[in-house]
Amino acid sequence: MKRTGAQIVCESLQAEGVDIIFGILGGAILPLYQTLPQYPKLKHILVRHEQCAAHAADGYSRVTGKVGVCWATSGPGATNLVTGLANAMMDSVPMVAITGQVPRSAIGKDAFQETDVTGVTLPVTKHNYLVMDAKDLAHTIKEAFYIARSGRPGPVLIDIPKDVLQEEADYVYPESVTLPGYVPHLTGNPAQIKRAAKLIAEAHRPVIIAGHGVIISRAYAELKELAEKAQIPVITTLLGISGFPEDHVLSLGMPGMHGMAYANIAIDRSDLVIGIGMRFDDRVVGRVKDFAPRAKIIHIDIDPAEIDKNVKTTVPLVGDVKRVLSALNKQLAPQNRLDWVREVDQVKREHPSHLISDTNKVLPQYVVRQIWEATKGDAIIVTGVGQHQMWAAQHFFYTKPASFVTSGGLGTMGFEVPAAIGAKLGKPKETVWAICGDGGFQMTLQELATIAEHKIDIKFAIFNNGFHGMVRQWQELFYNKDYVATQFFNPDFVKLADAYGIAGFRVTDKAGVRATIDQAMAVRGPVLIDFVVEPEENVYPMIPAGTSVGEMIEAPLPGLHLVDSKDAST
Amino acid sequence: MTTNGAHQAHQHTARQHTITALVMDHPGVLNRVASMFRRRGFNIASLAVGASEIPGQSRMTFVVNGDDATVEQVTKQLRKIIEVVKVTDLSQEDIVARELALVKVKTPSADSRAEVIQIVELFRAKVIDVGADTVTIEITGDENKIASIMTLLKGFGVVEVMRTGRVAMSRGRKAPVRAAAGSAKAKASKA
Ligand SMILES: Cc1ncc(C[n+]2csc(CCOP(=O)(O)OP(=O)(O)O)c2C)c(N)n1
Ligand SMILES: [Mg+2]
Repeated sequence: MKRTGAQIVCESLQAEGVDIIFGILGGAILPLYQTLPQYPKLKHILVRHEQCAAHAADGYSRVTGKVGVCWATSGPGATNLVTGLANAMMDSVPMVAITGQVPRSAIGKDAFQETDVTGVTLPVTKHNYLVMDAKDLAHTIKEAFYIARSGRPGPVLIDIPKDVLQEEADYVYPESVTLPGYVPHLTGNPAQIKRAAKLIAEAHRPVIIAGHGVIISRAYAELKELAEKAQIPVITTLLGISGFPEDHVLSLGMPGMHGMAYANIAIDRSDLVIGIGMRFDDRVVGRVKDFAPRAKIIHIDIDPAEIDKNVKTTVPLVGDVKRVLSALNKQLAPQNRLDWVREVDQVKREHPSHLISDTNKVLPQYVVRQIWEATKGDAIIVTGVGQHQMWAAQHFFYTKPASFVTSGGLGTMGFEVPAAIGAKLGKPKETVWAICGDGGFQMTLQELATIAEHKIDIKFAIFNNGFHGMVRQWQELFYNKDYVATQFFNPDFVKLADAYGIAGFRVTDKAGVRATIDQAMAVRGPVLIDFVVEPEENVYPMIPAGTSVGEMIEAPLPGLHLVDSKDAST
Repeated sequence: MTTNGAHQAHQHTARQHTITALVMDHPGVLNRVASMFRRRGFNIASLAVGASEIPGQSRMTFVVNGDDATVEQVTKQLRKIIEVVKVTDLSQEDIVARELALVKVKTPSADSRAEVIQIVELFRAKVIDVGADTVTIEITGDENKIASIMTLLKGFGVVEVMRTGRVAMSRGRKAPVRAAAGSAKAKASKA
């Protein structure tokens, strides 16, 4: 069956079950666009900047577990994708990005809109391809999807010269792929699983630190079984949030730099750390030599290169989290660890990091908590990067799997707006709230046009503190309050929403917070709320970079009256 | 074993490691490998690439300086590259290793030429070109042998040196490193 290269791409995407593509057109990718109407099952969302095509595909992937797809034209279109690829790479998000390239004969001649895209994206993709013959397209796409979603997932880029999209070739979608150099290791080594089970049985003060791998592998039930069977408190990393229900008695929230004090203290006191689908990132570990000083470490991860990379492991367990945990659970007898669970509970009561101080100011933490209460926790929360991100992690209690979408490894400001688009289109029935920094929001706000055009029902909560708040906090604490370049002018966000035909509200007092959230939820369609929050509020607890739990700055300060709405309403 | 500092992943006992990798013969593979070394801050002391006994696959030999933990990371990161089929750390093995050097030496007189040829014979090297006032020598051997002959030749005046990286394999009848049978086919299902 003869097809043009562009038709082969579309056929192949359909064969992979793709239903949505985010992108922007241009000369080199035009043959693909002109072919698109022949494939009505492939829905195209025209974004307003290619970075957002990648982030939208990323958000779509995180909530659905499917491979997100984006594309862009050659040169500037392709280079605009780079941040989105790097973001997906750092957070192990499966994605396939397609870029148009100048015609084959023009490659290497500095042709108009020519960029060495495979060269540029090499370090920020799991793999990439330049396809020089239309007959290679189908199997390359097959490989790309397989590589993107298997093993440790990641973005794969396919660069296709314009004339390859135009030339004809036989089309057959292959059944399987042959990749001699790529064989993901899925099942854990049985001997190591036995050793891990023995360590768990012998431990008196074990903790689990669960990461993104739990969500990627959809191993919620297995994690819960392990925690309950062996009575182990569960700490979830920033990307692990929503992998374990936060209303569970064994849930201890987030660890690390802005983690819950009780989570960090529990790690510090533990005699066994079980890292599951996480990578002992510096924001979690702090100073390596003071991390969990009394603990042995079991490290479960699908990527062998993560083992012993940052911390030395007692028992390494390479494999898919779901498979490894279910094998491990079979080796474990139910255990009783009442002393340890009680001790951890006591620590939680003595260091209640999840409480919010009771004041009449519009505290950003309070806004997050009110969104949690108004949605009853039944929402997908998408965030930007900064203070608001940490508050969204700390003060919303996640009980639904894959309901927290955030840029962890790269920390990409501006992620919130496009990722929310992807999340909502991926899960149209879910309520999606984008918790936005006023700084980050202005990095991608042009996508309000995309949102208005498609009436994408996202509720935007802009945390308007007039600052690059997270950076301001560092300046306050470590640079003697020298606020260089962190304070900025903001537009009138309500008028801005209005310009796009989106409902906008402003909240300047505490009483207005809940009322306006409720009002927004009553609107069908996108809403933007400009929360004018306390400008110089800090994120606590904080373990400064490169230090350990001994140097933790804890707040709120003792003596403040705290509201514990978490306990009151669950 | 789990006292303070036990989790520190890197111990500092740097030494030289020889690593070989079987890679797909695709354009850009060398770039992928070199890029990985550079971005992760690993140093390649020497690198040699050439065809292997398997059609469509090449073999690379790396010499890497570092402690065991660093070199373990190097091999793991190499394995993650999709087009790298198989990685072997030969550091613990009994290996044969060779480098090749071409050295052009000044020989302005018949005497100096005779002396150089004597050294060449002593080291079982080869004269491969004789010019009006230079001699070009080919030396094959391990680094020590090449270093020794270079020291002796320096006295005559070295005009140009061209050296390859180390190539290495384990001794004896051990099978060459290649992908395990059966692992090549990965079944991919629909999304
Ligand atoms: C693209 C990008 N540029 C710069 C940074 C560095 N940075 C980290 S947090 C931050 C401030 C974020 O400000 P805002 O979006 O207003 O969030 P806030 O911290 O005030 O809640 C900056 C500039 C980053 N993470 N990403
Ligand atoms: Mg801000």
